[in-house]
Formats: sequence, C-alpha cells, structure tokens
Amino acid sequence: MQEECLLTMRRIDKRFPGVLALNGVDFTLRAGEIHALMGENGAGKSTLIKVLTGVYQMDGGEIRVEGERIAIHSPQDAQNKGISTVYQEITLCPNLTVAENMFIGRDGGAWVRQRELERRADALLTRLGIPARSTQLLGSCSLAVQQMVAIARAVDMKCKVLILDEPTSSLDEKEVQRLFDLMRDLKSRGVGIIFVTHFLDQVYEVSDRITVLRNGELVGEYLTEELPQLQLVSKMIGKELEELSYLGETEEKKTASAETFYEAEGLSSSDALPFDFSIRKGEVNGFTGLLGSGRSESVRAIFGADKVTGGTVRVNGKPAKILRPIDAMKHGIGYLAEDRKRDGIIAELSVRENIILALQVMNGMFRPISRSESEAFADEYIKVLNIKTASRETPVGSLSGGNQQKVILARWLLTHPDYLILDEPTRGIDVGTKLEIQKLVLKLAEEGVSVTFISSEVEEMLRTCSRLIVMRDRHVVGELTGKDLNQTQVMKTIAGGEA
Amino acid sequence: MRKLSLLKRKEPLSDTQLLMTITIGIFFVMYILAMILLGGGFLHAQQLFDMLNDNASLIIVSCGLTIVMIGGGIDISVGAVTSLTVMSCALYLNSGGSLIASMLIAIGIGLAFGLVQGFLISYLEIQPFIVTLAGMFFARGMTTILSVNPQKANHKAFAALREKKIKIDALGYRAKNGNLVPGTIEIGVVVAIVCVILVFLLLKNIRLGRNIYAMGGNQQSALMLGINVKRTRFMSYLISGLLSGVAGYVFLMHTGAGNATNAAGMEMNAIASAIIGGTLLTGGVGNVIGTFFGTLSLTTIKKIVVSSGLNAPWWQSITTGGMLCFFILLQSVVLGRRAKKKKT
Repeated sequence: MQEECLLTMRRIDKRFPGVLALNGVDFTLRAGEIHALMGENGAGKSTLIKVLTGVYQMDGGEIRVEGERIAIHSPQDAQNKGISTVYQEITLCPNLTVAENMFIGRDGGAWVRQRELERRADALLTRLGIPARSTQLLGSCSLAVQQMVAIARAVDMKCKVLILDEPTSSLDEKEVQRLFDLMRDLKSRGVGIIFVTHFLDQVYEVSDRITVLRNGELVGEYLTEELPQLQLVSKMIGKELEELSYLGETEEKKTASAETFYEAEGLSSSDALPFDFSIRKGEVNGFTGLLGSGRSESVRAIFGADKVTGGTVRVNGKPAKILRPIDAMKHGIGYLAEDRKRDGIIAELSVRENIILALQVMNGMFRPISRSESEAFADEYIKVLNIKTASRETPVGSLSGGNQQKVILARWLLTHPDYLILDEPTRGIDVGTKLEIQKLVLKLAEEGVSVTFISSEVEEMLRTCSRLIVMRDRHVVGELTGKDLNQTQVMKTIAGGEA
Repeated sequence: MRKLSLLKRKEPLSDTQLLMTITIGIFFVMYILAMILLGGGFLHAQQLFDMLNDNASLIIVSCGLTIVMIGGGIDISVGAVTSLTVMSCALYLNSGGSLIASMLIAIGIGLAFGLVQGFLISYLEIQPFIVTLAGMFFARGMTTILSVNPQKANHKAFAALREKKIKIDALGYRAKNGNLVPGTIEIGVVVAIVCVILVFLLLKNIRLGRNIYAMGGNQQSALMLGINVKRTRFMSYLISGLLSGVAGYVFLMHTGAGNATNAAGMEMNAIASAIIGGTLLTGGVGNVIGTFFGTLSLTTIKKIVVSSGLNAPWWQSITTGGMLCFFILLQSVVLGRRAKKKKT
C-alpha cells in the first residue's frame, strides 16, 4: 500500500449556533485505501464529510489534496477537485435516466449528446458490473443499483477521493457484497475511499484504517487489524467495556403476564397479506425477515397506517376496529415509523413541539396542552432519554439521527401507550444510543407495556425479544421462542431451510 | 400500451411520455368525433388553422410556463405581462415608432419581468407564487395606466406585417358563392411553432433543459449533482418572461389593438394547457409537445361547445374546468396504477 497522503485535513473547526460541531479535527486519507470514519451520532462524522464536500464551510483549518491546499466552496467545486460523495439518501434524480444521472451537472458543452452519453454509461456500467441499463429511468432501479450508479458517476469523474456515507443501510447481504467488490476494485485503482457506516462487521470486512471521532473531536487513527472490535466500540462511545456487557445474552428475559393485550386474526391491509398475531401484556416480540419480507407492512397494518382490508382485532379481549392510526392510538397503541424522515419527525418544529404532538392529537384540538405543561414534558423526556439538543426549542431537523429517533420515542412515551411498535428504531444510529434504546424497551416491558420490535440486526432482536415472528415473501413462516431463539435458528427460518 | 409496443421501444414509456401520449390521443379522438358528429366547420382545415391563429400567443405563453413548471415552480404573471406588452407595443406603434424597435420593446418587457421575478425567486428565495402574483398585479396595473381605452395600432409597416399570411389553396374550401377561400395561417402561428420546437430542443438536448428536469425532480439531489440550482431556476423564469413578451407581440399581430383586458385569464389557460399536456405541478415531469396538444385540446373542446349551440361564455369555462378535472383524474389513475404495478 502506498503511504502517500492523498487528502489531509488539519485542525478543522466548524461551529453551529450553540454547538461546536468539529473541534480541531485531523483526518488523513492515503491513496488506495479504504478508511472507515467511525463515531456515535453527533460525533461530527456527517459534519466533517459535509465540510469536505463543500456543503458546509469550515470555520478554521486547512484541507490539502495531494499536498496542495484547496478551498471547497460548493458540492460542485468538490467534485471538480476530485472529491465525490455517495450519500445515505440517494441524491440522484429519479425522473432522469441512469446515463443522465451519471453525467448531469458536469462539464460539457451546452448541447447534450444523449446517445454518446448512453454509450459511455453502458460501457462503464458493464465494466463495473452494475446491473442497469443507461436508458432506464433511475426511479425504476432498486435502491442498491441507484447507489451503484452514484458510485459509477463518481468513478467516471475520475474522483481521487470517494466518500461513501452509510452506503449499506438499505442494501441486503448480497448487494452489500457486490458493493464491497466494487469498493475493492476502486481501491486497487488508487482511489481513496472514506467509508462511513454503523455496521462494525462491515468495517472489519473491508476497511484498512479507522479514524474515530467523538463529540466533535478526534479520538485517534488506527490500523483496522490492530484495533479489536470491542476496543473500537469503547473508543466510539467513550465508556468502559463492562458497561457494554450490561445486556449480556445470558440475561434472563422476564416472562410476560399471561393476559393477552392485542389479538388479530386474518389481519390484512393494502400492503400486507392476512396474518394472525397476538401479544401479551409486558411481552417484547419481534418481526424479522429480510428487507421487503413484509415485516414493516404487517406492523403498519396493526397500527392502521395502511388501508386495512380485513381481519378481526381484539384489544384487551374486546373487539376493536382499528382502521386509522388515530383508532390505534385511542386503544393505547403507539407506532414508531421505520422512515423517521418521512413518517416521523417534523423537521421545522422544535423538539418540544415534536414531543407533544401525539399527546395533542390524542387530547383533541379543543384541549390544548398549555405552554408550561408542554415545556415540562419536553424537559422531562430530554433528560430521561438523554436527548442531545441545544434547547427544547431547537428545530428537530438540526439534531443528529439518533437524537431525532429519541424525540419520536419521547413523543410516544408521553402518551403512556399500552403497546408500542418500534419499526427499526436503531437503524442508522450509533452503538451507544442503540444500547440505550434496547434498555428502554426492556424497562418498558417490565412496567407492563407490550412492545413489538423490528430490526435488521438479528442479534439485537435476540437480546430484546422473547418471541420472534419470522417472515419471508410476505408470509409468516415461523415463530421462535425459548431455546429456538438463537442466530442459527433464525437464519435457517429466514432462509427457508429446514426449521 | 400494447399498441405502443409495436414501436419497439427499448424502455417502457416514462411518465412524461405516457401522459403526453394520452393527451395527444384524446385530442385526436375528440377532433375526429367532432368531425363526425358536428361536421360543419370541423370538416375544413381552416377550423384547425383558426384554432391556431386565435391561440398562437397562448401556445407561446404555455411553453414558457411548462419550463417553469417542470422546474417545480409556477409563474402566474404571464398573462398580465403579455397584456402589458400588447398595450405598450400598440401605443409605441401608434406614436410612429419603428417596427424593429417595437419588437425589441416586447422582448425587453418580457425579459425585464423574467429578470426581476427570477432574481427574487431564485436568489432571494421568495415563494414563486407570491412573486409572480405581485408581478401579475403590477403588470395589469401598468397596462391600465398606459391606457384605459383600447388602442389600435395605426402603423403602416406593422399593418403590412399583419397582412402577411400563409395561404394554402390546397387546404382551402369553397365558400357559398363558389369562391375558393384558401387555408390561412398567420405569422404568429409560425412564431408559436418555432417557439414550441425551440423549447422542445431546449428541454431535450440542452444542458439547461436537463438541469431544469433534475431541479424539478429533486432539488436537493440536483444541488448535490453539482447543478447550479439558483441559476437554473433564474433562467427558467427569464425564459418564461421572454416568451410572455413574444406572446404579447404575437397577440398584437392577431388583434391589431391593445386593450386593458387583453389576455385576461391567459395564465390560467396556460396552466391548464400544461397540466392537460402532462406536466405535473410538482415538477420534474412534463413535455412541451404535450403542452402544445394540451392547448389544442382545450381549444377544441371550447369550439365543440360553441358549435353545439352553447354560445354563452360560461359554458366554455365550465367545460374547461370539467376537462381539467378529467385529465387530472386520468393522470392520477394512470400514474397510480403504474406505481402499484412497479411495486409488485
């Protein structure tokens, strides 16, 4: 591996109103390496990336590419200087073709030669092994392919530095492997790759070097092989290892009471096939399965979030009609949506307003919550859930992902639900917050709240759930309890092997 | 859809193409039905030519609006700017100015509105609806200040220009007295068609046009892709303004006089044309050919209403409303079905 420094960032400072997001952070990227940038939410990873890509302007420090000091004024500027980024949320245009998405916004004549661009795009797609046609509309490709198109775009721009920000969070295992192949391929061509992810396994699988940030400061730079996984985690969250093992697998999960809280027979919705489901008071169960297996659709049907098309529902033994979210809420059911950006937070509203939202809906609009009351609620939950925010009046949009998630959680906790559905509550958030949320789920269950927990990480579900419902191709294919609750059995059931 | 597969397309139709195809199809069906059921004027080519002659300025304005709408914006000042241009040029020609200068005035007024509105919307990031609403009131007010009374453009060269028409004997018809009345197309129609073609090329093959689609599809993405969103948006309003000016001149060539109520409600007809032609108000989807046929469809239905003996103007409004409603329903049904199909 070359030891030549491709990119050096020295003493980068970035201030936001009330927060010092980056405090003298150093970062070095060598040519032909995959460098993982790790840290909890709010550690400053995103901010560092955004400084590097010209979305934010730094308040202090210097950036050098191949030894030459540069100033980056805009995303376009960054691209022209060989720094390309593929973001977590696809930042391409779904209404344009694949070829156009690869070439738009770049230098070239005023006249667009579609045919030629399509030919070039096809050649590159083939070379990189990306299964897309250049003339296809981007919106008709899967998310994974869209991501790869974004990478192909960067490659075609002869990028020296490629930043991949959470590229794997919406991909399945096979797609992740294909992406890694592509990353290794680029690495061998001398591209420096900055890899931001929350999946520790992936870091160890593909990266050469790790830089850890915490609270806007640099913790250190390490060679991947010299940093054991547990040490990495403790560096990221700045806690001792013992604390991490709090949720050991050996811990006995409390058996829930025998009383059934919610029961559904043949429940179906516009997006979910009929299924049976029940949950007891104080039980934590989970839906698992691959992405698209119907797990989210099923819980959405329970909450009435999609159009319910059939089935009978009983809550506390009494027949109930849950056709819309408000019905579910009136029966004491809360739902934390998978896509917090779309279904959950209202970015422009403050933390306080977001927290009281569900309670206000429950109360109805003629019984407003007084200002002082809502401030008290907000302060309480900011403290209980350890939400990192400048103040309770800060717009939620400016918080980091994990803290946004906590705000939504607070919103539902405030309504004192009997049954809480958490759909991917830990997706895209850091290890520390993940543990906090897992602990919280178990604590709620102890208090008699039923919880349905969905997560892509099987390990996490095994730790929290006493019963797992496994789905495949939109059907329930198994229900695991007790002894069967282990990784192998879950994988077997998901894969459809003998179970 | 099945029929279209005969064309051996490599890719399925995009939403833009699908909506446009529907509009074109409906226009032809409507027109042919009118020929069969109503006969009369519809059997002569001149009926179509008249529709074009009467609506050349609307077509031009709609082209500009389509660009803005694809970019995710809206411009409701276009009718008022057209009206102001008509009045200004009429007054100027009346005062004995030169022909070329009058054209430059038209373009200048359009560009001035596009420039100011585009600047406010793009660089100061004010809501386009508000900015162009203000522009609309301003231009309407200016028109009335210039002259409350109708102003006939008494100008020799201009009159000569107005008289220049394309006459096609082969597409003419015999009047009752047996004389051949040749098919007549005004210069304005040629200007309109040129505008349609230029805007079509702009949107299809020019960088700016593609950037406008990207911006309308997803503004954040467009920014990340390195597109100068502010400049792109500014240009879209500038072009819309310019075309309003051109439309004003074409309008004057058609009517020969300026009037404070000129082009009243034109912006709404233009929006209707664009929507019927398959441009979505949400941006990113649309096509100027669709808009062209949107205008034609709108005009055809009005003609049909008149030919059916429902002469009062409100009948035209009611049918326009009904038709717009029908198309939006159709679009949402078609796109909805599509999205569902893709999901499974």
